[in-house]
Amino acid sequence: MQALSRHITRARLFWVGLFAVTWALSQYSFQIYKALDARWIIRFPSQYQLNTDTVISGFLDWLVNAANFGLFTFRDLTRAIAWVIEQPYQFLRNLLIEGFQSGIGDTAVQVAPSLSWIAVIAIAVAIGHYARDWALAALVGACFLYLAVFGQWDSAMITLASVLVAVPIGAVGGLGLGILAYRSAWVDRMLRPVLDLMQTVPVFAYLVPILILFGFGPVAALVATVIYAMPPMIRVTIVALRGVPEELLEAGRMMGATQRQMTWKVLVPAATPTLMVGVNQVIMLTLNMVIIASMIGAGGLGFDVLASLRKLDIGGGIEAGLAIVVMAIALDRASQAFSERRMQHPRTGTLMQRHPWTTTVVVIVLGTFLLGQVLPAVQSYPDDWKISTGRFWSDGMEWINVNFFDTLEAIKTVLLTTLLLPVKKFFSGIPWAWGIIATGLIAWRVAGWKLGVAAALMMGFIAASGLWGKAMVTLYLCGVSVFIAVLIGTPLGIWAAQKPGAGRVILGLMDTLQTLPSFVYLIPVVMLFRVGDFSAMIAVVLYALAPAVRYAAHGIREVPPQLLEAGKMAGCTPRQLLWRVKLPLATPQLLLGVNQTIMLALSMLVITALVGTRDLGQEVYIALTKANAGQGIVAGLSVAFIAIIADRIVHALSDTQKKRLGL
Amino acid sequence: MKHLSVLTAACLAATPVLAQDSSDPIKLTLHDWSGQLITTTLMGEVLKEAGNNIEYVQADYIAQFAGLKTGDLHLAMEIWETTGREALDEAVASGNVVNMGETGMLAIEEWWYPAYMEERCPGLPNWEALNDCAQEFATAETAPLGRYLGGPVTWGGFDEERVEALGLDFEVVHAGTDAALFAELEAAYQRQDPIVLWVYAPHWAPAKYDGSFVEFPKYSAECYNDPSVGINPNAAYDCGKPTGPIWKAAWAGLPDQWPGAAKVIENFNISNEDMGAMVADVDLNGKSVEEVVAAWMADNESAWKGWIAQ
Repeated sequence: MQALSRHITRARLFWVGLFAVTWALSQYSFQIYKALDARWIIRFPSQYQLNTDTVISGFLDWLVNAANFGLFTFRDLTRAIAWVIEQPYQFLRNLLIEGFQSGIGDTAVQVAPSLSWIAVIAIAVAIGHYARDWALAALVGACFLYLAVFGQWDSAMITLASVLVAVPIGAVGGLGLGILAYRSAWVDRMLRPVLDLMQTVPVFAYLVPILILFGFGPVAALVATVIYAMPPMIRVTIVALRGVPEELLEAGRMMGATQRQMTWKVLVPAATPTLMVGVNQVIMLTLNMVIIASMIGAGGLGFDVLASLRKLDIGGGIEAGLAIVVMAIALDRASQAFSERRMQHPRTGTLMQRHPWTTTVVVIVLGTFLLGQVLPAVQSYPDDWKISTGRFWSDGMEWINVNFFDTLEAIKTVLLTTLLLPVKKFFSGIPWAWGIIATGLIAWRVAGWKLGVAAALMMGFIAASGLWGKAMVTLYLCGVSVFIAVLIGTPLGIWAAQKPGAGRVILGLMDTLQTLPSFVYLIPVVMLFRVGDFSAMIAVVLYALAPAVRYAAHGIREVPPQLLEAGKMAGCTPRQLLWRVKLPLATPQLLLGVNQTIMLALSMLVITALVGTRDLGQEVYIALTKANAGQGIVAGLSVAFIAIIADRIVHALSDTQKKRLGL
Repeated sequence: MKHLSVLTAACLAATPVLAQDSSDPIKLTLHDWSGQLITTTLMGEVLKEAGNNIEYVQADYIAQFAGLKTGDLHLAMEIWETTGREALDEAVASGNVVNMGETGMLAIEEWWYPAYMEERCPGLPNWEALNDCAQEFATAETAPLGRYLGGPVTWGGFDEERVEALGLDFEVVHAGTDAALFAELEAAYQRQDPIVLWVYAPHWAPAKYDGSFVEFPKYSAECYNDPSVGINPNAAYDCGKPTGPIWKAAWAGLPDQWPGAAKVIENFNISNEDMGAMVADVDLNGKSVEEVVAAWMADNESAWKGWIAQ
């Protein structure tokens, strides 16, 4: 007991000491620099600065203009890949919206029209029913009907075409890489850091190289989308394959299955339900990318959101944004249903009886095709029947702005002076040299010397790239946002777990917040809070709130019932039960929620650059607008390093906590 | 699909419309602001009339240069002297992009204030009045200094230097994007709150909101380069911002592949007034870009026929 208490005080001493030293250095760094006349204390000496960005830009130039494999150049290769991707994409676009034509311009002749809107909805309903039941079919059908009624059909179909191309590539590619990593430890080791980077480097950072290599237009956007959306599929595949029960593998081996048979007849079928979770993730991330993809030529709903907000048509932006949410709901529920679907016995009877849905769909497709020749309303949804809520949103926004601005301004001023500005001063005062040491010490203390060294090296890279100041602003904005998100999100999550009714509403709201493109609420936030850090913080909190809520709810629900029972037997009040039993047991989950919140906050930072922050996100954005590939990648790597350090530290904390609780 | 188009391309070559032009589509870039959509659609429609095939591709304003250099994209209709000059020069220097001349529109950008500020700050639009009422423009973050909302840092503009050189009691706050900039204006205008910010024309904002540009000492190249010129003998940038043309830029291979179209593109010319009216029709009156362009073409037939005939 005595040893334990001594241990605790020593740990406390370490943290308090570290904080005190950092605070003192941050507070007096400027005076120390003046007193010692050593400017290097606050600024990294420019003669030692790394020129990674010019090296990367130079390498990319070489890759694009000179790299040659003898028979063909590197760019020929990437262009060939782009061509292969373009074919199915163009076909789907023709099928869903544009119709098939031969020839171009004035000489174009329509060969066949696209699928009618009725046919597309019928297919969606059929898939919904096939995946689960009539309830799902109705939901999916209603979602697609919404797109038609609210005038989003054309753009939505273009977005759907890119989703239908990106998701199979992401899913199959992820499955392939996952299987490779499962089979060979070497591939697994190689892949891990690459996956970390793919998930943490902001997409903006690699858009320029992708544009150069894959050409302009939707294909480059598709490639960027796949890079962003594939990592979870790889991770899920590895976990799913490792989770296949040993007995099954044993059975496979006893049957004398070859490696190929083992993979495709045993492993993959057994892991399918988990694999579908990965596919679901790929779909959701693909939809997250819709806006960014439209910046480099994907068109569709993302372009509508951007264009509406450029002309401050808030209603138009919200309508297009909600269309993305609705589409995400339809695809999400359908793919989840597929992952839970059980094998069914094949039906018997005539062709009609065996494939009722296929025949119905074929009949509707042909029927609407023929009817559409006479009745245009059957082919494309008539303009007169469309509903617009645009005015409602714009008027609502104006009403809030005129009536509540002063109240909001007062709240903002209080938060700014008591929280944001002091934290900003603290972080931006830390001298770079001490910052590197302190990060190393924290990582060492929490997760061992290996991470300590790695963390110090990563922070060293940031400082040596001349990005220390911006990295500190990033830490401050991200830190404050995560703090507030956790402060709001955890109680909401606990509430959602205790009261299932409220829970459904809260979790539904969180789903919407996460799939609604952040652009949609960025502009109203600026209108109410002006350009600046505060607006950025609000946007980050809104986006990063979801995991804090979800993990808190999950953690509380997962507390073993026998422990709750024990608590009740011991005479705990509900309040004590929550504070003494549930919350401590849920800490590991809560920490994972914090971790996810940090990751989302960091990924959001690049977007907040669009309202005018001065952090690493801005650096990435400037690089993008100047088409400077090297600068973008260096800044992107810096964001990724911060994310990786934070991720490892929080995971280590969560693991220690789990061990202490004996979970 | 591909075979069919090759086939029709062969047929088209046999029926000479503009015999020397390739029948491949000319790819025009679309950005996300209405003015540019109108300019580009107008160019596209006129090129169609001239017998060319065209295709519209969405692309980012600056990132499009990568595509123009490689020939993935062929024509960009609005490269602003004020925001795109650097990228254009760099691209032209590479030898893969050519400047197709001015569009006839003139980019204006300057500090701008809504009309209701004239009552609260008499003396405007003269810039010296700004200092007298810096208090009016102050917010909690900037007080006692006034707050000036500048464009995104990437736009340049030398506003920090201007504030310094002219001794203005203002702090420059940068919006991250064009959308954020005008979102603040819209909100302040709804509340009739003080605001002074970077506005540019041709744009829908000067048409929608009643207001004026601040009148700074007149711009000259010497004022920017030579500290001794201007009001402040020790600092450059002690004057207003330059105005400049909006350029057309094309892939260097365009004049070879579509010589006829290249002429039409070079002849394209439209005034700020015509453009402003069309932008307002789209953004404020809710008409579609195609509608507005068709109306302009119907009213100005001799103008665009002239571009083709020359």
